[in-house]
Amino acid sequence: MRYVEEFRDPVAAQDVLRAIKDVVTEIGATKEKPVHIMEICGGHTHAIFRYGLDRLTPDGIEFIHGPGCPVCVLPMSRIDECVEIAERSEVIFATFGDAMRVPGTRKSLMQAKADGADIRMVYSPLDALELARRNPEREVVFFGLGFETTTPSTALSIQQAAREKLGNFSVFCNHIRVPPPIKALLDDPYMILDGFVGPGHVSMVIGTHPYDFIADDYCKPIVVAGFEPLDLLQSVLMVLRQIRDGRAEVENQYARVVPEHGNPISIAAIEDVYEPRPTFEWRGLGEIDASGLRIRHAYQAYDAEEKFSVGYGAGPRLVTEPEGCACGQVMTGRIKPLQCPQYGTGCTPEMPLGALMVSSEGACAAYYQYSAADDVLEAAE
Amino acid sequence: MCLGIPGQIVEITDADRLMAMADVSGVRREVSVACVAPAALSDLVGEWALIHVGFAMSIIDADEAEKTLEALRGLGEAQETLEAMAQGDAALAESPVTEVMS
Repeated sequence: MRYVEEFRDPVAAQDVLRAIKDVVTEIGATKEKPVHIMEICGGHTHAIFRYGLDRLTPDGIEFIHGPGCPVCVLPMSRIDECVEIAERSEVIFATFGDAMRVPGTRKSLMQAKADGADIRMVYSPLDALELARRNPEREVVFFGLGFETTTPSTALSIQQAAREKLGNFSVFCNHIRVPPPIKALLDDPYMILDGFVGPGHVSMVIGTHPYDFIADDYCKPIVVAGFEPLDLLQSVLMVLRQIRDGRAEVENQYARVVPEHGNPISIAAIEDVYEPRPTFEWRGLGEIDASGLRIRHAYQAYDAEEKFSVGYGAGPRLVTEPEGCACGQVMTGRIKPLQCPQYGTGCTPEMPLGALMVSSEGACAAYYQYSAADDVLEAAE
Repeated sequence: MCLGIPGQIVEITDADRLMAMADVSGVRREVSVACVAPAALSDLVGEWALIHVGFAMSIIDADEAEKTLEALRGLGEAQETLEAMAQGDAALAESPVTEVMS
């Protein structure tokens, strides 16, 4: 596949790793006193573990796994609301597969499906639109989930439904934005961060300027990165060089996909259909101002929260998390997945307790899938 | 969730709805090109795009890809030069060669 193999060249990777090692030495970072780099995006977390980049890079670098996995930061109450909608007899509930196993307080979507709810896993919101066209007597609800990468796809689908006057299509909107939680983390006095690897596909939509505050106001470097191993290594090198040189800039390693100003058509579609909620709840991070989106009044007919009177505005919200779950502490970098008492015992990918064990982009699931064997070996040594 | 994959746009299937056929690793799938639509849709045919949840989200810029790869290659070449310099330094630092081949 074009633009994939080139960025997986192992010989080039050795060159970048050598350069990384040199800069780490110049900075004077060590295992005891490492440089803390947060990869914001869950896709990056997955790639780091998949390719073993955390083990290939020197000890002086510590990766902090950020909140960029939309399934992981979704509070249980939102899953409960999904189940409530999905269990209505007239509803076909369409969702990305990632969300199926996230535990709610009562049950997951997977369990609701087993109990008879008509829940369909789809690849695209366009598939949900097609379901609505083919099933005019049913109500098709799409579980709109994801960061700015995914938001344009549901915005354009709602616009298309409006053009076709598809009265039986709606979106349960849980779209969230990347910059607000980053600001919340930077404002957290306990958070130690020296730089960021910025999300590649979010940035192809919003561009690189929404991160200017990270460099300008908080004096931290950020490099927007692609998803192949060489992309990530090169981005880490760019972050390290900024740290070494005392610079704090927004750099773009992924310029082949990310234009500086993003995608104007996508941004216009988001702004036409959605507006920021005053506040939105994040699992492990709490309520963050203006971090979530809701459907504008003009598209109210396509808003599942309005149509079925669930969610924000439908009554007081009960915030609950499973007992003993330390997802919040893992997500803010306070502890590593292995330090959670439930990791691997009370919480596994097969029987997840916390959301970070559910999605392949969650830090715990990535640890479990790719490094469990090594850790057992290390512990035995 | 935010995963995207490069695919090549092979034909416009529905100009009104801005739909096109994309080839993703040999699998063909109809995708929306609404986010990347230029005035003349036919210009998209042959282009590589980043595909995410059924939408072509960004046309991959071949020049920028080349620049990034160039920087990576430069790293390798610079590394070779630096290593050669280090070897040179090490050679010079060794005690003077007094032995003469006889």
